[in-house]
Amino acid sequence: MVKPRLTGLIKIILLLCIYGVVRLLESRGLLLPYHVQVLSLCCINVILVVSLNLINGFTGQFSIGHAGFLAIGAYLSAFLTVKMHVPFLAAILCGGLLAGLAGLAVGLPALRLRGDYLAIATLGFGEIIRVIILNMEAVGGAKGFSGIPKYTTFGIAYLTAIITVVVIRNFVHSDYGRACLAVREDEIAAESLGVNSTYFKVLAFALGAFFAGTAGALFSHYLQYMAPTPSQIGFVKSIDILIMLVLGGLGSLTGSVIAAVVLTIIPELLRGFAEYRMIIYPILLIVVMLYLPAGLMAGRELSLDSLARLCKGVKSSAHYS
Amino acid sequence: MTLLEVEGLTVHYGVIQALKGISFRVEQGEIFTILGSNGAGKTTTLKALSGLVPKSGGRVFFEGRDITTAPSHTLPALGLVHVPEGRRIFAGLTVADNLLLGAYHRRDKAGIKEDLESVYELFPRLAERRKQDAGSLSGGEQQMLAMGRGLLSRPRLLLLDEPSMGLAPVLVEEIFRFIQEINRRGTTILLVEQNAHLALEIAHKACVLETGRVALSGAAREVAADGRIQEIYLGAG
Repeated sequence: MVKPRLTGLIKIILLLCIYGVVRLLESRGLLLPYHVQVLSLCCINVILVVSLNLINGFTGQFSIGHAGFLAIGAYLSAFLTVKMHVPFLAAILCGGLLAGLAGLAVGLPALRLRGDYLAIATLGFGEIIRVIILNMEAVGGAKGFSGIPKYTTFGIAYLTAIITVVVIRNFVHSDYGRACLAVREDEIAAESLGVNSTYFKVLAFALGAFFAGTAGALFSHYLQYMAPTPSQIGFVKSIDILIMLVLGGLGSLTGSVIAAVVLTIIPELLRGFAEYRMIIYPILLIVVMLYLPAGLMAGRELSLDSLARLCKGVKSSAHYS
Repeated sequence: MTLLEVEGLTVHYGVIQALKGISFRVEQGEIFTILGSNGAGKTTTLKALSGLVPKSGGRVFFEGRDITTAPSHTLPALGLVHVPEGRRIFAGLTVADNLLLGAYHRRDKAGIKEDLESVYELFPRLAERRKQDAGSLSGGEQQMLAMGRGLLSRPRLLLLDEPSMGLAPVLVEEIFRFIQEINRRGTTILLVEQNAHLALEIAHKACVLETGRVALSGAAREVAADGRIQEIYLGAG
């Protein structure tokens, strides 16, 4: 067992190192601006997948409308920075808060539904948001919203992703998180022990939506142009996030992070294969799902402790052989 | 002292009336058992008491307080805890986490720790498996876990729904010994059972339901001796 203080310190140093290495490689010209762009997108996707994991993985509510929350954050923040000249950080926060409110609003009526029905309802919610945006002239309507300043740097995206993971990790390990897990495992048993399941479902939805909204704000100031298309803010985007979540493993935060990073980078690496890209990517997904049906991490977490145990295990088995 | 008082309780599932106005009282410290054949309304009675199905009529008092319309998640804090049919443990969580969720509504850390130790002392097999996923336990162990989880709510009245369901006879007897031990330690128990012979052996009082009505009630010994129960429920054997 590594001491908690020490592991905290090691983690902070590791995270700083990653940032330092990226900046160093960038300044030496080993990482092109394009590469750093992809890394920023990785961070944005980490936020989206981890926040969806809170709803789908830890609380067990099958939501497929996550892009709706992303869209709210993306458009509101862009509107605020472009039209109202609001500082970027405030715009991110506003985007997150409005998305969180939408999470509350959609949560209260929709969470009376279960399983497939909830999935359809959240899908419907996502499309409603998209159609509303499509018809709002103030944010460009069908033409799209262009001229968004490029405020999203790798540093901001990286920091926001870390904050998201830390907050959701702490939430999941708190009494609230344990109540969410109970709701996921068995709602009736949870209720009979005094867990107000509706409250926790709505709470998970609101918190997940908040972070999806902040990811949206980063997204619009990363792309600099938002189009109300299914692949950018509609169901195709929602499904992309869901694929990353399922591939990483429901209920595993490290799985979400790994899958978000890997599945963001793979399509970029496959750009060289042009049209074959759309064949190779799904084949990869099918292979992973066949051999790891519960996802890469299968609900487990990768931690310094487990790494330490693994090293010890390797050592002791080497000792015997 | 009367702990639970049920007056004319009715429950409808759609147009079907599952409970047609049943009344009974559970006194402090006793084991009260509800018997009846399949579909008589035993499980529905417990679910209605703990708010898991809506009541269509009648009233329920717990320690003199009207809990007829109280939402189910508020009841454990009052001391009324339901261990539902089919155990319903949290399979993906560890044994220890399952037990701690039983203490979900409590804030007294020292008391929780004490109760956790006493549950482990009562069920040593749970102590051995405290870090295991609850889904990996055997049926009997899962039933112990469900009861232990209920005990961590520090109930004054424990509703047990078919604790013997799906268990081998030898385990059933063990579970019933645990129920007696829990009662001996001061928890009042409302037990719903299919296994009428065993339930009547450990209960102080009993009532027999027949298609949503109380057909027979009284001291367990009298109910067991009553010729009608043989006809209604136990069969000739």
